[in-house]
Amino acid sequence: MIFARRAWVVVWKDLLVERRSKETLNALFFFSLLLLFVFQFALGPDRERLAATLPGLLWLGFILAGLLGLGRTFVVERENDCWEGLLLAPGDKSAIYVGKLAGNLLLMLVVEAMLLALFVIFFNLEIAAALPGLALVVLLGTVGFAAVGTLFAAMTAQVRARELLFPVLLLPVQVPVLLATVKATEAVLLGEPLGAVAHWLKLLAAADVIYVAAGVLTFDFLLES
Amino acid sequence: MTRATSVFGWLAAAGLLAGLVMGFGVAPREATQGNVQRIMYLHVPSVWVAYVAFAVVFVASIAYLARRAEAADRLAHASAEVGVLFTGLTIATGSIWGKPTWGTWWTWDARLTSVAILFVMYIGYLLLRGMIEERERAARSAAVLGIIAALNIPLVHFSVVWWRTLHQPPSLMKPGGSAMPGIMIVALLVNFVAFSLLYVYFVAKRARLLRLEEEAAA
Amino acid sequence: MAPDALVRVSGLRKAFGGHRVLDGVTLEVRAGEALALLGANGAGKTTLLRILATLARPTRGTAWVAGHDCARDPERVRPHIGLVAHGSYVYEDLTALENLRFWTGLAGLGVPRTDLMAALAAVELERFAGERVRTFSAGMKRRLSLARFVLARPRVLLLDEPFAGLDQRAKKWLEEHLQAFKAGGGAIVMATHSFGRELAVADRIAILAGGGIALDTPRGSRGADEIARLYRLYTENGA
Repeated sequence: MIFARRAWVVVWKDLLVERRSKETLNALFFFSLLLLFVFQFALGPDRERLAATLPGLLWLGFILAGLLGLGRTFVVERENDCWEGLLLAPGDKSAIYVGKLAGNLLLMLVVEAMLLALFVIFFNLEIAAALPGLALVVLLGTVGFAAVGTLFAAMTAQVRARELLFPVLLLPVQVPVLLATVKATEAVLLGEPLGAVAHWLKLLAAADVIYVAAGVLTFDFLLES
Repeated sequence: MTRATSVFGWLAAAGLLAGLVMGFGVAPREATQGNVQRIMYLHVPSVWVAYVAFAVVFVASIAYLARRAEAADRLAHASAEVGVLFTGLTIATGSIWGKPTWGTWWTWDARLTSVAILFVMYIGYLLLRGMIEERERAARSAAVLGIIAALNIPLVHFSVVWWRTLHQPPSLMKPGGSAMPGIMIVALLVNFVAFSLLYVYFVAKRARLLRLEEEAAA
Repeated sequence: MAPDALVRVSGLRKAFGGHRVLDGVTLEVRAGEALALLGANGAGKTTLLRILATLARPTRGTAWVAGHDCARDPERVRPHIGLVAHGSYVYEDLTALENLRFWTGLAGLGVPRTDLMAALAAVELERFAGERVRTFSAGMKRRLSLARFVLARPRVLLLDEPFAGLDQRAKKWLEEHLQAFKAGGGAIVMATHSFGRELAVADRIAILAGGGIALDTPRGSRGADEIARLYRLYTENGA
């Protein structure tokens, strides 16, 4: 499938650039570490209190790191003056969206794994039993977040105040995903079976389908200069 | 076009007057909540108009992307502005209703929360339009955002309702029980019609103003 | 209108806000022909090229490239054009070879390594295949941009000041390659505001002034001096 090959070449290129420049992943790792400190300092040393708000804190961490990471989706195109090159390349432009989305998904999942590991270490959590369920919730939530984030990054790429506008646009739209993931994470960490949060998982799946479809269909229009 | 707009304006004014008289005069005083319940005659039509406005933004956005018709873009822009206006009105009237009823200006009631999220999403839409200088790019980006925001509305609705009502008792904001006296329904309907007419009037005027602004700049 | 016209522009207008940059441009370029588009800075050369490259839409009028309307059917035009402009469209952190692999892959062409290397050889960059583009000179980046089109084989080349910033050797190389492109049936539209090697490649000259084409004539045997004189003549009158 040519579409898949073209999307793959975008992922390959972004991974290569990231490996050479080492800009994004290192900074996001340290950012995650700092977030943990900040949460601790802001909410006090009482471990019990922190443990109670854990699902919320976890997703807050994911979102803050995500806003930084997703906002940079097209930075490499802007810095190298390649944005129009993408537009001029013949073929369905949504392959570029899918490629960028796949790259972002990979980046976010790695950062989330790091953040989760840091949480486990700092708060002495026992999550082994909950891990499969947690992984599913995180995956579904991240797809939704990355799908809209990648699209909005394209939308704000050429705007002067993009660092402000990007989170302002993304956060309200992400509310349903945030509600679903926090509630589902809460349940999973308490040891409840996945069936208890089936409605949340279905919402996440529906959101993912809607966002990715919308992205694939509308990305074209955002790429035009 | 302007003649028709004026007609809508007059009809809307007449409708609003009739609606006010009916809601605050003719309709009976509600048993449990008292006179403050009358604000329902403003609150419910407001939220209805807001949803209609955002549905129009959705359709006009698709039309713009499909046809690049500038009129569709102006319609989307105007409708989004009027929609934000009525959403703000919904929140304000909701707050005013809530204060004497629950003793607090704000509560994370399912409906109020949904409307608040709507408010913020479409303010983002207006911010986006304001921050892109090139007219055509602003129109395209806003159209995409208008489509995503509208698709998000059912997701917002379900997530917020589940978030609240699974652990909380249902909202008190029901118009006084399951059976509304006929006269209250009539008063409500008059206001529905009046607000809808007002919506059409505002959007037509705003769209025309946008067109004049564009022509002046060219 | 010539039947084998690869580029056709008719009554083209482009306004930015209230300012009309292009105001009724009409011209034609045939297969195997190179047009040098002369004009002062701000005359609209880059705007015209961008419209032909489907990067901008005209306010009025039409532009056809390779038989398709640039504004209505940009996706049909794009496989047939090659744009070499100020943005060189190369990723600095990637090597020359990796850049070629990316751009051809994105265009949906599965090009084997040997062909990529051959394209680099055609632009005399095969020694630098594994070097990061960050270390390249302007001329080398320009050649890498052109290497993309060795593989993609567009029918029309759109060039914005292609000889600017190149050393003598690179200029000679570019001139030879553009002649070969023409001989292969391609058309070239070259925007420039200097009168050097571009003119040796050009078959026709068009002077863009006051928003329109002030002069559109075969180059014939005119030399750089005479063309410079014509240019001053047309651009100083009502430019």
